[in-house]
Amino acid sequence: MKTYDVVIIGAGVIGTSIARELSRYRLNIALLEKEEEPAFGVSKSNSGIIHPGTQNPPDSLKGRLCVQGNILIRKISKELGVDFQEAGELIVGFSEEDTKELLRLKKDAEALGVPGLKIVDKAWLRENEPNLNSEAVSALYAPTAGIISPYRLVYGLAENAMRNGVEIYTETKVEGIIRAGDNFEISVSKGSFNARRVINAAGLFADDISGMLGIRDFKIRPRKGEEFILDKKKENLANHLIFPLPSKISKGVLIIKTADGNPMIGPTAEDTEDKSDLATSDKGLENVLKSARRLVPSINDKDIIAYFAGLRPAAGDDFIIRHEEKSPGFINVAGIQSPGLTASPAIALLARDILKDTGLALRKKLIFHPHCKKSIHIFSMALSKTKGLIAKDASYGDIVCRCEMISAGEVRDSIKRGARTMDGIKFRTRAQGGRCHGSFCTTRIMKILAEERKIPLTGITKRGKGSEIVKKDRVDD
Amino acid sequence: MIKKDLVIVGGGPGGMAASVSAYESGIKDILLLERDQYLGGILNQCVHTGFGLEHFKEVLTGPEYAERFIARLQDMPGIDVSLKSLAVKLTRDKTVTFLKPGVLQTVKAGAIIMATGCREKTREMVHIPGTRPSGVFSAGLAQKLINIEGLLPGKEVVVVGSGDIGLIMARRFTLEGAKVKAVIEIQDKPSGLLRNIAQCVEDFNIPMYFRHKISRIHGRDRVEKVSVVKVGDDLNEIPGSLFEIKCDTVLMSVGLIQENELIDASGIQIQGNNTDVPGIFVCGNALKIYDIVDWVTKDSFAAGKLAAEYIK
Ligand SMILES: Cc1cc2nc3c(=O)[nH]c(=O)nc-3n(C[C@H](O)[C@H](O)[C@H](O)COP(=O)(O)OP(=O)(O)OC[C@H]3O[C@@H](n4cnc5c(N)ncnc54)[C@H](O)[C@@H]3O)c2cc1C
Repeated sequence: MKTYDVVIIGAGVIGTSIARELSRYRLNIALLEKEEEPAFGVSKSNSGIIHPGTQNPPDSLKGRLCVQGNILIRKISKELGVDFQEAGELIVGFSEEDTKELLRLKKDAEALGVPGLKIVDKAWLRENEPNLNSEAVSALYAPTAGIISPYRLVYGLAENAMRNGVEIYTETKVEGIIRAGDNFEISVSKGSFNARRVINAAGLFADDISGMLGIRDFKIRPRKGEEFILDKKKENLANHLIFPLPSKISKGVLIIKTADGNPMIGPTAEDTEDKSDLATSDKGLENVLKSARRLVPSINDKDIIAYFAGLRPAAGDDFIIRHEEKSPGFINVAGIQSPGLTASPAIALLARDILKDTGLALRKKLIFHPHCKKSIHIFSMALSKTKGLIAKDASYGDIVCRCEMISAGEVRDSIKRGARTMDGIKFRTRAQGGRCHGSFCTTRIMKILAEERKIPLTGITKRGKGSEIVKKDRVDD
Repeated sequence: MIKKDLVIVGGGPGGMAASVSAYESGIKDILLLERDQYLGGILNQCVHTGFGLEHFKEVLTGPEYAERFIARLQDMPGIDVSLKSLAVKLTRDKTVTFLKPGVLQTVKAGAIIMATGCREKTREMVHIPGTRPSGVFSAGLAQKLINIEGLLPGKEVVVVGSGDIGLIMARRFTLEGAKVKAVIEIQDKPSGLLRNIAQCVEDFNIPMYFRHKISRIHGRDRVEKVSVVKVGDDLNEIPGSLFEIKCDTVLMSVGLIQENELIDASGIQIQGNNTDVPGIFVCGNALKIYDIVDWVTKDSFAAGKLAAEYIK
């Protein structure tokens, strides 16, 4: 059996970032993922914010990696053809006391190296953020905050890693790891893998994976965050990402701008025991609305078109990224709570350095392909360009999802580039993600997916086995 | 840019009636845009009967009702029916840009009638909490899956809301061998037609719960059950009333809303069949949600006349 130099467990933003980084080197790498597609864990349900580095203790690992990640992500997103937008953020204060607290945050953030911070006053806020609660007296402005589509980043990373030789195995759940001499034998749902090094990037389940090698000194305690997405009509609700002053356990409920244009409000922060508990609640909605309206009073719950919950894989206060001396060759990348998305490129570099320190030879490949083709979105370009493309390939003029104006051509492209499920198509293209939630386009997309994958319609799933869309062919008459 | 006296957006019952009426009022240069590959709009998936009682004084199925209008349009040579043509932009100076296989085209119109119909409200619009598994369908999507694609979305169904499509689908699922376990309605009376309550629910002994609501959807990959609570007249939950129903499918039938995205995006204001732009009109369900198609036809006949008068 083949022995991989490195096996990475978990194809979230962390696992795929590490895989892509390591694909620059002459290594045999396998990335194992239990779900049917990458990005189906924590990395699909978050706020999509590239944090500037504020709201972190100055001596924290997550703070340092966040600041570094914020810089690195710009180049990476460009290489992968994923839009990054520097929206800037405001942390808002409502009293003299709050302003003092903002000054303290500013000092902490500056110690971490966050650039461009300034305190802005009421007049500035009125001018630049007209929908903000007029009772706000000041804000800490961080210009380097940005937004990105979290899943499109993961898909770009995965596709690019594969292009550079990484093997990705989905529907491959790691069930046990044992030592075999200096190496590891990893048993998965179907078969096994041998590896010289193992990197654990299993998100919510990182403690379970670590436990397989007897390392049980941390526990992932999921912290749930419910988020509510507003209609794109409200795109201009806010000009910046808007934050309240942070509490001890979270950054609070935010007004978020997203890569797709829809504003979002959330997240809540609530500890839960259950790693599969992705339910939203009436209470969550109530809390989010109340807190969001304190920032922007005009928010209307009638504009909510979607909602979801995500679980932050927290293990204590900070990230745990280390080589385990007790099991040489095993590297934990665990407890990657917020700002894990932002920090991901820096985490990948740190993991690489740790890997190198374990004695694995890292020699650069002669050729590394850094780029992914930017995917086509027919109605986000100039109308004249749209015309040309449609004339060349009629499938781009065949609109499937009319809420988001997504064509059959775009849906097909997404499948050719790896989408295997209805959610996979939605995350890549936005089709089914608009106001009607797929009422109109589900059947069309199912047919395209069935045709491209050469499977029956009854085999089409929302997000992998067990989530089939239809139960069976009709009872025949 | 091409030119037309009248452009009608939407080839459902509204757009077809508006075309016929404008034509009969003397407008002979009409472009009717329909995004689907056939005329008829939502009527095509309504294979049950109950259409046309008012307008034709006969009981027809949806497709039969549509067929009557399609036949009339065929006898009207000045009406250019453009199928697979999706309008993507409307402007205040009366242009419509539309997409047809292989071309993006703009037409300058003497007048425009928007007959873009409506869409169903979703689970998200009524904020039903819980997980987001597969198995939550709008009644219309379920109808399309069964009637047009020949696929059965689920086997144990709970219908949320007592809108007509939901009631009709409760019957449809039952006839297909699925078990419809409940119809849950938050109001104290049905929102659908009484005849549908009788023929689709009572005749099949499907339990109906008024003043109840779904308080949570459960299941990770597929719907597993729903929590149901009783509510008071103030629509607030009555403590202690919670019970659960096992099911694999939740059908949403909580009402319709106008689909006026093009009008909204252009900043045009609707004022009855008219708008704040003289020469741009709105009719059918895009204007107001009608209970039965016959009223859509009536409303759209009026809009067709208005447009004809404006052009002359
Ligand atoms: C509500 C919310 C909002 C957030 N907002 C932000 C934000 O705005 N900015 C920011 O920077 N960060 C944010 N975060 C944090 C960020 O989302 C996470 O830090 C990041 O996604 C973690 O990525 P990951 O790859 O570690 O985890 P995951 O994406 O969960 O990846 C782990 C993968 O491992 C797989 N796996 C698990 N067990 C096994 C097994 N046994 N075998 C095989 N595969 C397995 C899982 O299926 C999963 O795909 C937010 C988080 C939440 C919950």
